[in-house]
Amino acid sequence: MHIDEKVVDHIAHLARLEFSGEGKKAIQIDMERIITFMDKLSEVDTTGVEPLIFMSDEVNVLREDIAVDSLTHEEALKNAPKRDSDYFRIPKVLSKGNF
Amino acid sequence: MYKNFAEVKSALTSGVSVLEITESYLKRIEEYKNLNAFLEVFTDSVRENALRVDEKIKAGNAGRLAGMVIGVKDNICYKGHKVSASSKILEGFESLYTATALERLLNEDAIVIGRLNCDEFAMGSSNENSAFGPVRNPLNTNTVPGGSSGGSAAAVAANLCTISLGSDTGGSIRQPASFTGTYGIKPTYGRISRYGLIAYASSFDQIGAFTNTLEDNALVTEIMSGKDPMDSTSTSREVGSFALTPTDEKKRIAYIQEAYEMEGMQPEVKERMDEVIATLKADGHIVEPVSFPYLDYMVPTYYVLSTAEASSNLSRFDGVHYGYRAKNAVGVEATYKKSRSEGFGPEVQRRIMAGTFVLSNEFYEAYYSKGQKVRRVLQTKTKAIFADFDFVLTPTTPATAFELNAVNDPIQMYLQDIFTVHANLTGNPAISLPYGKSNDGMPFGLQLMSAPFTEKALYDFSAYLETKFQLN
Repeated sequence: MHIDEKVVDHIAHLARLEFSGEGKKAIQIDMERIITFMDKLSEVDTTGVEPLIFMSDEVNVLREDIAVDSLTHEEALKNAPKRDSDYFRIPKVLSKGNF
Repeated sequence: MYKNFAEVKSALTSGVSVLEITESYLKRIEEYKNLNAFLEVFTDSVRENALRVDEKIKAGNAGRLAGMVIGVKDNICYKGHKVSASSKILEGFESLYTATALERLLNEDAIVIGRLNCDEFAMGSSNENSAFGPVRNPLNTNTVPGGSSGGSAAAVAANLCTISLGSDTGGSIRQPASFTGTYGIKPTYGRISRYGLIAYASSFDQIGAFTNTLEDNALVTEIMSGKDPMDSTSTSREVGSFALTPTDEKKRIAYIQEAYEMEGMQPEVKERMDEVIATLKADGHIVEPVSFPYLDYMVPTYYVLSTAEASSNLSRFDGVHYGYRAKNAVGVEATYKKSRSEGFGPEVQRRIMAGTFVLSNEFYEAYYSKGQKVRRVLQTKTKAIFADFDFVLTPTTPATAFELNAVNDPIQMYLQDIFTVHANLTGNPAISLPYGKSNDGMPFGLQLMSAPFTEKALYDFSAYLETKFQLN
């Protein structure tokens, strides 16, 4: 299957990745080869076959809804690249210049 | 030097302390630094834990694994210690909890000496995709140890720890075990909890062990197995004992005709396979070829489904909640995109892109849905084989370890999994046993696969094979 630049841009956006220049060219070629490799599947007759979705043979794994302490607030924030005492922090979304 | 847990235990009996055993491993790790097997050695905590286990031994209340020093693949969480999946995107990340599989070993007084290099997010077959450099095969440092659990295989093969943990999504334990002459198992899907394993492809991933003896492999697998409330896919079936009881019961063994006839197999691998088949027959077992005409479809099916799951699992790495954040990004979307593009290596990005493609609206039916249907076909056909046979026998890999930088084409690299990926697609357990050496002295493995949740039978038959062939 042919993968053009438009497809690469669309998929990259969905995947929240960005490619430019040589990198974009390279991923386009790699994707085309990988998708072509995957195309092999179309040769297998799957008429009337149900998709296999769950690998576990456990059924209805249910439990009571009991509140337990797992991570503390502090632990959950511990590995954040930027935080304050209560929240994850992200770079500014709006700056004065936008308005 | 301690090659296995039996040697550790005999040292303990003769009065050597766990701390002394640990120091000897630490020294050896330093001597074998060139292998790049360890990303970090937990020098302080391992000594503290060694002392604690020594106290317990003195008090007479030590667990079954007292004295065992383990290395852990860098995608298995150990509370209070760093874990990175060999990726820049997890820069500085410290585990907030311990994986259940590891916790169970620690509860029996095993101690952790460090975290082991691997392919980034367990994606690779040579350990060359690590953000922290490749691992070298201790048996020939010009060659790769296999992947993705390359550090785990190299560390056990070089006796840098008693056993190690790895994870196997398409062959990531068995292929490196084959390349390093170690024992490696991928247990049945659901046998061992995945809680605390950094997810790559959740319907394929399983934690498993690398060891230098079959006995050690059975022991730690037994301890790690069983229901875990934190992983709803873990089985509630009873575990029982995996202790080896070799039997001379006659078994029915199938070998896959298409795998047996595959072109490009290294001659020594094929010869040894013939030898094993002939000896088993002579010993009264039923050994027959079965046709399984799906060899060419298994790796593509695996890549459709595993990349789809990876693209979903790896969406959590966003540069906001933990790990690496790109400098100077403005706004949320740019933070996501730049952090991910700078933080993930090329193979991980390739798989996220392929996975996002097969899950995208237009192509979902033709690829992802189709892949799930082919997976059903494979599972049904595999069940049919196990209705007539106890084991399926194949080489683990078509050849011995290749040289560093020798395989540059992604598709060629994916084909490393040709014999191993079957067990992950269908959920069966499979073990790689060291069973031969090429003319240049490099090892290769024999793979035995059995029906789901028959690890005990797999170990017992492996034990019989060992008495028969003196595999190691």
